[in-house]
Amino acid sequence: MSDQAHANPTGWRRWLLSTNHKDIGTMYLIFAIFAGLVGGAFSGLMRGELMEPGINYLTMFTNGDVEAAKHFFNVLISGHGLIMVFFMVMPALIGGFGNWFVPIMIGAPDMAFPRMNNISFWLLPAAIGLLILSTMVEGATYPGVGAGWTIYAPLSTSGHTGPAVDLAIFSLHLAGASSIMGAINFICTIFNMRAPGMTLHKMPLFVWSILVTVFLLLLSLPVLAGAITMLLTDRNFGTHFFDAAGGGDPLLYQHLFWFFGHPEVYVLILPGFGLVSHIISTFSGKPIFGYLGMAYAMVAIGVVGFIVWAHHMYTVGMDVDTKAYFVAATMVIAVPTGIKIFSWLATMWGGSIRFETPMLFALGMIFLFTIGGVTGVVLANSGIDTAMHDTYYVVAHFHYTMSMGALFSIFAGWYYWIGKMSGKPYPQFVSKLHFWLTFIGVNVIFFPQHFLGLAGMPRRIPDYPDAYSLWNYVSTVGYMIAGVGTLVFLVGVFMTLRSKERVGDNQWGESATTLEWTLSSPPPFHQFNELPRIK
Amino acid sequence: MSLNKIFNAVTASLVTFFISGSSALANGRNYAEPDQLGFMEPATQVMRDIVSFHDGLLIMCILVTLFVMFLMIYIFIKFNAKANPTPSSTTHHTGLEIAWTTVPILILLIIAIPSFKLLYLEDVIPEADLTVKAIGNQWYWTYEYPDHDDFSFDAIILTDEEAAAAGHPRLLGTDTHIVVPVNKTVRLIVTASDVIHSWAMPAFGVKIDAVPGKLNETWFNVEREGMYYGQCSELCGKDHGFMPIMVEVVSQAKYDAWIEVSREEYAGIEKDNLTRVASMLPAQQ
Repeated sequence: MSDQAHANPTGWRRWLLSTNHKDIGTMYLIFAIFAGLVGGAFSGLMRGELMEPGINYLTMFTNGDVEAAKHFFNVLISGHGLIMVFFMVMPALIGGFGNWFVPIMIGAPDMAFPRMNNISFWLLPAAIGLLILSTMVEGATYPGVGAGWTIYAPLSTSGHTGPAVDLAIFSLHLAGASSIMGAINFICTIFNMRAPGMTLHKMPLFVWSILVTVFLLLLSLPVLAGAITMLLTDRNFGTHFFDAAGGGDPLLYQHLFWFFGHPEVYVLILPGFGLVSHIISTFSGKPIFGYLGMAYAMVAIGVVGFIVWAHHMYTVGMDVDTKAYFVAATMVIAVPTGIKIFSWLATMWGGSIRFETPMLFALGMIFLFTIGGVTGVVLANSGIDTAMHDTYYVVAHFHYTMSMGALFSIFAGWYYWIGKMSGKPYPQFVSKLHFWLTFIGVNVIFFPQHFLGLAGMPRRIPDYPDAYSLWNYVSTVGYMIAGVGTLVFLVGVFMTLRSKERVGDNQWGESATTLEWTLSSPPPFHQFNELPRIK
Repeated sequence: MSLNKIFNAVTASLVTFFISGSSALANGRNYAEPDQLGFMEPATQVMRDIVSFHDGLLIMCILVTLFVMFLMIYIFIKFNAKANPTPSSTTHHTGLEIAWTTVPILILLIIAIPSFKLLYLEDVIPEADLTVKAIGNQWYWTYEYPDHDDFSFDAIILTDEEAAAAGHPRLLGTDTHIVVPVNKTVRLIVTASDVIHSWAMPAFGVKIDAVPGKLNETWFNVEREGMYYGQCSELCGKDHGFMPIMVEVVSQAKYDAWIEVSREEYAGIEKDNLTRVASMLPAQQ
């Protein structure tokens, strides 16, 4: 019936002109896998270079020019950060899983603005195209942006005279516009299109997490857009927003950037929180413990996330009382985060736990995020941050929250929903092998980086004093393990899609209670021609 | 590096770690010890306070992580599908929820007290005995001694061979360096001429950004004589990893002698102010 109501496009039209939330979600997921492989390859080059002291391998990419290799390393770190944040984690969690499952979970036929959904996605390939293009044109003497993902002024203005930074700024403009439109779409969908009976307090936690996330995006991205536009005019039109010699202030850029940047890190992790809640509940055979506490903990994290930004700037020379405020505000975030961790544990308590692959990734996420959380409490203290700031301790901390928190929840979501999305089961052994290789790999990469940071090794350097060689070596070995894990993941994806088996409507049994499990696997092209009623 | 060698090195450093506590202290070395796990040996009261505060926090970190880990292991054993085929349906426990909200708040309050003490110790600058100015440039540091005719000099990284010949660790040696007296409070004023840099000296517990157009201020009072090494700690372009910082701490007498010699030696390279102001303007595009 639904197929009569809409054209049912086929071939390239189905994808390029898509207005279907599931097709768009699929494209987001494919895009995120592609971008993740590029970003992961960047980190492979970085870890390869850092495996042993000296500038060793990067000269292979610069015709033996050591100076160009040093700049190339900075291009890699900048590209890795931007790609993983804007083109891997966000498209996977918000664009991919959000698009696929938010409408289904609230009992809606599609997103509120299907055509805007289309442009939200199709801006992304253009955005990453501009970013890749930026690596090929002049940045600072050599090609590419080597100013970090934070592109601090004045390194990104007078320090990078070539057009590479301009291209990167345009790339962020497009990615930002894409996310803002996506955010508007989700807000309208969630507020207006819930099935009859689904009040906000009955909404699944994943929908709650997306709702908080998109509000963070909507409020923070315009600030980033303003900041990078000011960079652009500083660079090209003679303004002096961030130029002290013209009456500007380089630190203004940092305040604007982190006013966006700190909410952004919660954008990366909150959808994962929502997802993990469903998975823990499903595989424990129990409803989530303390549902309202979980929902409002996310709201609290979102709100407090906006008033802690300057903890990224403890060493810039702020007033001591200002620092004291940011110390206090930052530590407050540990409270709602703790509520979430303990509620997950309480959900499992008394449960009947099945250790399926999605559950393994969710459990891995909880434990590793706890480690990232406690090092976060350490870093929150400005007094200690003097010693830690811009060292590998920070790198270890945010990879425990991002590379393990966000990435593990993406993989958990992938295995939880791939049966629903494709109708085909993932391979058991291969997926568990993927989990163990990734779990061991990322820990071997990032745990030793705490030691490097305490010993004083600065971030973002292509070569280091010889004392740091052991743990850098170990870290690179960990990368190789995790790299094999990624290959195993791709094998698993291939095997899933080739599988002749089919999964039923509800793969996980009666403890999977959200609406997607009432539909066929894969769901029909248009679902809920008659809206479900929630009791 | 063979696997065996890595294994031995890892075991050795872990053993040191658990015997001597988190700050596996080096023996009077003022830069990182190979395979080190904790902080460098403190050379100032500030750094000593950082280390002891961190040791306390580390215990808290380990306890929280172990607590979560043991809970998870217990849950896995007690509540897996085989051991517990019928799940309970508990979804609320007000007492528990209040507990896991208030206990973290209490822990954070306990952390906050030493945290603020440390913060104000670092940031409130005591009466200084002398002032040194550091200016970050791409990619070297310029130092000035405003108390002594404002003489100034540049400190540029040594090549690997030069560093080895001079007895400095690779990548940490510079051709010239600042000299300060031991047990004296030094006020350090930091700025930059082009992009943002950061003046960091791990053994002192000092890290302060060098921001163009802004004068930042910090201080240290070093208790041990010796040569100390640090690195630029804010991404500043291609050679960010290659603009090390060296500070030599000597007795007052040696310091006075060094000042006399340096005042003569560096008088010749005094820059006139116009050149200096011009160099702080952005390059014409």
